Amino acid sequence: MDGAVISTWLAALLTLGIMSFVYKDNLYYKICEAIFIGISAGYWFITYFWDSLYRIAWIGVVHEGRYVLLGGVVLGAMMLMRLFGKIGWIARWPLAFIVGATAGLKMMVYFTTNAMAQIHGTVDDTMVAFGGGDLYDLIGRLVILIGTVTGLIYFYFSKEHKGLFGGVAKVGTWFLMITFGASFGYTVMSRMSLLLGRIEFLLTDWLKLVK
Amino acid sequence: MDRLKALLFLTSVVILLCLPAFSQTSIDSAAAVKPAVESPAPPTDVVAKDTKNDDGSALDISWQLSPDDKRLVTKYVVLRSKSPNGPFVGIGSTTKGQDFYTDNGDTVGVSYYYKIAAVNEVKLTDSTSVTGISESQVVGPIKPIAQWFNMRRLNVFFWLLVTCAAILFYIMQAKSGKELYVRKIAGIDAVDDAIGRATEMGRKVFFVPGIQDMDDVATIAAITILGRVARICATNDTMLDVPVSRSLVMVTARESVREAYSKVGRPDAFKEDQVHYVTDDQFGYAAAIDGMVMRDKPAAMFYMGGFFAEALILAETGNNAGAIQIAGTNQPAQIPFFVAACDYTLIGEELFAASAYLEREPRLLGSLKGQDFAKGLFLLAIFILLILFMFGINWVTIMDVS
Repeated sequence: MDGAVISTWLAALLTLGIMSFVYKDNLYYKICEAIFIGISAGYWFITYFWDSLYRIAWIGVVHEGRYVLLGGVVLGAMMLMRLFGKIGWIARWPLAFIVGATAGLKMMVYFTTNAMAQIHGTVDDTMVAFGGGDLYDLIGRLVILIGTVTGLIYFYFSKEHKGLFGGVAKVGTWFLMITFGASFGYTVMSRMSLLLGRIEFLLTDWLKLVK
Repeated sequence: MDRLKALLFLTSVVILLCLPAFSQTSIDSAAAVKPAVESPAPPTDVVAKDTKNDDGSALDISWQLSPDDKRLVTKYVVLRSKSPNGPFVGIGSTTKGQDFYTDNGDTVGVSYYYKIAAVNEVKLTDSTSVTGISESQVVGPIKPIAQWFNMRRLNVFFWLLVTCAAILFYIMQAKSGKELYVRKIAGIDAVDDAIGRATEMGRKVFFVPGIQDMDDVATIAAITILGRVARICATNDTMLDVPVSRSLVMVTARESVREAYSKVGRPDAFKEDQVHYVTDDQFGYAAAIDGMVMRDKPAAMFYMGGFFAEALILAETGNNAGAIQIAGTNQPAQIPFFVAACDYTLIGEELFAASAYLEREPRLLGSLKGQDFAKGLFLLAIFILLILFMFGINWVTIMDVS
């Protein structure tokens, strides 16, 4: 029995073990779950070790002389201080740095893409449609305009959703729900393809029932 | 006779061995007679300039088209070298008629030399091609320079300044004690009830902070909500379990839960194992939580943060276990699954508003109100820009971020 056959059998048995959870939590599932978690945790540990500690920190600093990376090495070392009781508070500094830097960097990204680009796209498209698009195009652009405006109003938290304002927000909710419904259907279909992939593996590669 | 046979055999072998060489020669001869292709006149006036408003990784190269552009040229190839004597390497090409190329693969501070080759490429029937090439004069040296400010983004700076000013204004208002109104968010109002149910049933509360790391704003928002959930759990003496998939999230969540337990005067009740690492693997994490949920049967489950394909797997398992479920994520593709399988769902920005709504902390409240102000401003901008357009004025560039 060669390695390929063994790995196919292992993959098939583990697939069935994980799928057995559909019936109920059982010993077979527990074994597969433990193997999955253990192997994946170990895999990620090795990946981080070679990608971050070795390739970036060691090769980058020692061999390539990119001393700016020492900043990251120092922050990483500070994280480990939590293992030493009295100086454990030092670990909070790199955390504060990460959270602060993330908020600052993402603020620009979100502001440009989620706010300004959205407004620009909405207005520009409407102008183009009014400027000479066909009727269907115009209707489509108007739907996007109404969806943007009413959606924005739904996410306005400083005023209670009552009266006319509440009515407009309600329209925004409808837009959101229709979008979610379409997204739901689309994603379910893509998940079905994942399931079909596993079933195909079992029937073709393992049981050889399908040629 | 045998000698004659041997001689004939040897002669045949020699002829057979020589055949490929003859045929190769004939092929080479055929290749050698490929038709000559006329070379176009070279491009002139090549200019290389630093690309403005960038990080120093690009140079703009422009040239006067070859006089044979329409008649012979099929493409222009941009050649680059670090020395005026070469070797020059092709780094990109443009179609005929184009006289501009941006080289985005430069290193700040390094000198480069460029020349442009006008190429006349003719395809032959045997799917090979022949080319006629002429090259321009070499230009350079030119160094890419990094700019501190991207002046094309001045409009972003302006809008950001207005938004930040509004946020600071509302933070000051909140700090001065002014009551700032935030509308009800149904999912958040249910947090207390969900934990209360767990307390009554004597079961665990699960808080799942998603699979994103601390460089994701949804995870940061989730950790803030976790603080509130932990505080209620600590007050009620309800067991809180927080399985995480990222080491940094584990450390941050532990700090948040520890602080929550301390705030309500129960630091001894906090156990580090309450916040525990599972695995970085997306589906390994989902499989582990599924197992825990089916074995521990929690009464309440919170899914807050960044979720992907594991969202429905988790929410469906929690639903099967009979837990009251509250979810919140900024991932549009996952919200429908949470809506379908959970009791309450915080949609997109509601996740970020939730922390301010729960904590009533002046900085969070002020930030939320400031963002609302910006939203109002953007709504106004949409209407003003469209009205101006009706009068023939196009000011939409004030929102352009390209």
